Amino acid sequence: MSSEISSYGFEETIVRLPDQSTARIPKVNFISKEHGLLSWLLTGDHKRIAMMYLASITFFFAIGGALAGLIRLELLTPQSDLMATDTYNKVFTMHGVVMIFLFLVPSVPATLGNFLIPLMIGAKDLALPKINLLSWYLYMAAGCMVIYTMAAGGVDTGWTFTVPLSTHYLNTNVLSTGIAIFIAGFSSIFTGLNFIVTIHKMRAPGMTWFRLPLFVWAHYAASILMVLGTPVLAIALVLVILERTMGIGVFDPAKGGDPILFQHLFWFYSHPAVYIMILPGMGVISEVISTFSRKRVFGYTAVAFSSVAIAVFGFFVWEHHMFIMGVSNYSTLVFSLLTMLVAVPSAIKIFNWSFTLYKGSITFETPMLYAFGFMGLFTIGGLTGVFLGTTGTDIHLTETYFIVAHFHFVMVGGMLMAFLSGIHFWWPKMTGRMYPEKISQLAALVTFIGFNFTFFPQFILGTLGMPRRYAAYPAEFQVLNVFSTAGATILGVGYLLPILYLTWSLKYGEIAGNNPWQATGLEWQIQSPPLTENFPEIPIVDHDAYDYEWLERKHEREAVTSVR
Amino acid sequence: MSDSPVAIEGAHTAHEHPPYQRHHFETMEQQVDATGFAMWLFLLTEIMFFGGLFTAYLIYRNWYYPAFVAGSHQLAIIWGTLNTGVLISSSFTMAMGVWCAETRRKGGLVLCLVLTFLLGLVFLGIKTIEYSEKIEKHHVPGFHYSLKSFTNPDSDPEAKAYGDKPLPLDMARHTEMYFGLYFAMTGMHALHMIIGIAILAFMIVKAQAGAYTTGHITFVENFGLYWHFVDIVWIFLFPLLYLISRHG
Amino acid sequence: MDHISQVIWQFLIKWLTNFQLYPPEASKIAPQMDALYFFMVLVSLIGMTIVVLIITSFSILYSKKRHPVAVQIEGSTMLEATWTIIPLGLFLIMFVWGALIYFRVYTPPANAMNIYVVGKQWMWKAEHPGGQHEINALHIPTGRPIQLTLISQDVFHSFSIPAFRVKREAIPGRYTSVWFEATKVGTYHLFCTQYCGTNHSAMIGEIVVLTPDDYKKWLANSTSGASLAQNGEKLFASLSCGACHNGRADARGPSLAGVYGARLTLTNGQSALADEAYLREAILNPSEHVTQGFSPIMPTYQGQISEDGVISLVEYIKNLHSNDRVEQTLNTTTLLPEGEGKAAGQKASAVQTPAKQGMVKQ
Repeated sequence: MSSEISSYGFEETIVRLPDQSTARIPKVNFISKEHGLLSWLLTGDHKRIAMMYLASITFFFAIGGALAGLIRLELLTPQSDLMATDTYNKVFTMHGVVMIFLFLVPSVPATLGNFLIPLMIGAKDLALPKINLLSWYLYMAAGCMVIYTMAAGGVDTGWTFTVPLSTHYLNTNVLSTGIAIFIAGFSSIFTGLNFIVTIHKMRAPGMTWFRLPLFVWAHYAASILMVLGTPVLAIALVLVILERTMGIGVFDPAKGGDPILFQHLFWFYSHPAVYIMILPGMGVISEVISTFSRKRVFGYTAVAFSSVAIAVFGFFVWEHHMFIMGVSNYSTLVFSLLTMLVAVPSAIKIFNWSFTLYKGSITFETPMLYAFGFMGLFTIGGLTGVFLGTTGTDIHLTETYFIVAHFHFVMVGGMLMAFLSGIHFWWPKMTGRMYPEKISQLAALVTFIGFNFTFFPQFILGTLGMPRRYAAYPAEFQVLNVFSTAGATILGVGYLLPILYLTWSLKYGEIAGNNPWQATGLEWQIQSPPLTENFPEIPIVDHDAYDYEWLERKHEREAVTSVR
Repeated sequence: MSDSPVAIEGAHTAHEHPPYQRHHFETMEQQVDATGFAMWLFLLTEIMFFGGLFTAYLIYRNWYYPAFVAGSHQLAIIWGTLNTGVLISSSFTMAMGVWCAETRRKGGLVLCLVLTFLLGLVFLGIKTIEYSEKIEKHHVPGFHYSLKSFTNPDSDPEAKAYGDKPLPLDMARHTEMYFGLYFAMTGMHALHMIIGIAILAFMIVKAQAGAYTTGHITFVENFGLYWHFVDIVWIFLFPLLYLISRHG
Repeated sequence: MDHISQVIWQFLIKWLTNFQLYPPEASKIAPQMDALYFFMVLVSLIGMTIVVLIITSFSILYSKKRHPVAVQIEGSTMLEATWTIIPLGLFLIMFVWGALIYFRVYTPPANAMNIYVVGKQWMWKAEHPGGQHEINALHIPTGRPIQLTLISQDVFHSFSIPAFRVKREAIPGRYTSVWFEATKVGTYHLFCTQYCGTNHSAMIGEIVVLTPDDYKKWLANSTSGASLAQNGEKLFASLSCGACHNGRADARGPSLAGVYGARLTLTNGQSALADEAYLREAILNPSEHVTQGFSPIMPTYQGQISEDGVISLVEYIKNLHSNDRVEQTLNTTTLLPEGEGKAAGQKASAVQTPAKQGMVKQ
């Protein structure tokens, strides 16, 4: 039996590590260059900032995850018996706020993007290192404000801050949460700004736009969204704060204001926000699929342009969150049509990645497993988005667990899997050490199984009509909820494992060497971990992205000229 | 800082770049290019930021035009015009300052920055006068807001001067919306002015020490962009808030 | 079988026999929406199958062991076009189909029976034209188009009947509406689906669909006295609306007899349809809704009437076809029989403070 399986080649690997008895982490690297807390807290090195982000993002993910656990525990029973409904309302609000603003939005850009973009384009750092550091401090300030909010009793507006509930009908910590998100928004804006300037102005000689790795294209598109969309969220929050403190009336019908105006301003950012979250993940998938099939990405240009198309179209679909709110029927035609248009580029990418596998040479290391998980789950999530973008079905499905399932499929099944894929893929580059392969493959599998058990039943719950944000529900929905909670337990294990073994690998992982994956990017041609200045000399680029023939020639040259 | 403060001996002499070029840039040109582009991009985000406020303003002005007219008549046009002149002048002095930096005139640069700084303070001072007038007349939303000037214009010298007719109560209530937007928009603008003035103070000290007249003028130039942007926002705010239906 | 505990076994049987993948189809639009939904499920299944098949088969065929050397392929415009156009085509079909259903749901037919629903934290109040009031419940007959006119008294709520496949937000400040025609007798869930604070999950109720005969019986048994229009008449008189709106030649306000459904020309030249939303706005923001030929002297009743009060006034005006009774109330000093209501004793023309009926409870 095992020989049959191995004839498929699932045990094959492309990993090539240096001889472990003689290999050492390079003595001079960006981690060892300077010591002391201040050298980290006052650094301008994009790689150090990325590592600090990684630590803080993991911390807030753990908080958000714990809150999710509480939600699922409460929903084991139809009654609101684990905690008071007010507490439950706070728990799901904080879960949303923490996960979206403190985890999903910064996850790939602020950790992997920060670390890799200068490396991938052949630059020594991002264009504005001090702004990069400021970005992290703003993120930490926002995080502290959120923790303060939790300590002060939480907030229960829902992460969507719907007015007039949040302005006039609650006496929880709306102000501190609004300020926290405002600050987090600026952290995001500065990151995006930095990326755009860097990608425009600091590419190495020969690195033309169409030689850029697709990871960079994806971050470029996401950065446009960050820079243009986030300020509108900021002003929406300012208006909520003014409405709450001064009662200016801008959202209050009794004073002539319109609460629907808030919805427009809020969703004008919050829809592009979901593309901010997913595009960088798609960038990771491009890199991983290419490396583990040993092939250039199928239809490079199409994938690059589809990233930009998603960013552009993504600005024009926000009203699809408001189809049943009494907006003009004709406006829904426009926004529904545009929503169909924005769905197409994502479909294009899925097919392009699938066809990258065609006539490749495929291995199934952990990053690739996560990438496969992404492709399956994101496809489901994306297709269910079409259910919701179609006005007719949206009437029945909106505001139910169908929505919850949809966005968890794209965000957790999609984005979080892409994040884990990327973390595993670039772990050797960032730390110089490999993660343990077998347990990580197990964790990927456990995550995939747990995820499906948790969120697939929620599609059915939504179709049956179970509303979202309900602490108590009719008894007939219990079985599916129990399934969901059971899955969540498995999912939790799947997320705990990487935190444990990645930490373990920092001390005990195998030494990785420059290019354990035999990958083509510029980041893989330098030492692991990289030097502070990345490249002793700026490289001159004369080949396309994912040029495996160039890599082969390079290896042949090196074999001839040096002893490794 | 990319590198530690402890200099490795001989490290700097090995490079051939001016001292104010950051180590991650290959050439000064690249640095100037990149930082300028970054500032323009930042101003684009500011446009999106103010855009939200302008959107709210445009919608409600469309819906409650008579209330907006009555509210606008409450603003003293003399202060608004004066402020507009002050800001345009400060943009001029700022532009002159950039020229002085380019031509390495340290004294001129310091003078221009100081003038810009003072004009900025004048702007804020006039705004303080205007705000305190509004507070006195109870035209601040949420703080004992008074509709008297609008339901009974004869009791109010400004409204009487315009020959404003009394507004029905429901329309008069919408003046609170006008003033809410007035304070939000001018307040946000004033906040940007305060930040600019604070940076100017910092720049005056550095300019006096000669930091901007060595040929490296990026900071002054980019700050100039920011200052001009804040000015342009006011150029939009002024007619939208002050000049509604004023004729003759 | 012996290993499985009896309890679990019974539980499984019960669940499997009651298992549903979608709610009962109890309205005319439900099967139509389900048809689109199942089409989408089918398309999704096929799409997923294709993607999974491609990935699985390529992973097996081109695993490193089987296919050690990768072949570098740039792309294929033909394939790109295929998987752009086919998904786009399918999505556009769904878009059109869905838009048709959407317009159907939110365009009530002219002969629909109108029921008002007021949402407030944390209950639904349904008001039938005949004056029947329900809390967290709605009794309706089969076979008749029913329109719900919704409004919220405080925050956003959303009135959802999964079995009918309809849902509509109830927002403060203006009416929204939705309509349906029930086809199956039974009791179905009513949910509030827009998060509205502490007891959002308790804002649920029952939609009781009855045969037309049973519905008549229910109507007869649950009348609470006056119909909405009758209550509206009382409110109209106690607020002395008739002082201006009395249909006389020299009246300071336009006559309201027959105004519902008419097209009015306003002072700013615009034309407006006098539907429920217009009437509500005209009561609460009169100076923006002045009919041509009249001055903007109507005082606003914002803050003085609750949404329930506005609904009863609107119903009254909807059913007003002549000004005779208005004339009558102007000529009397008391409006109601002795002892009923707090409006007794109020002079019709000298009222400064409005009657308590329909007042906002603060």
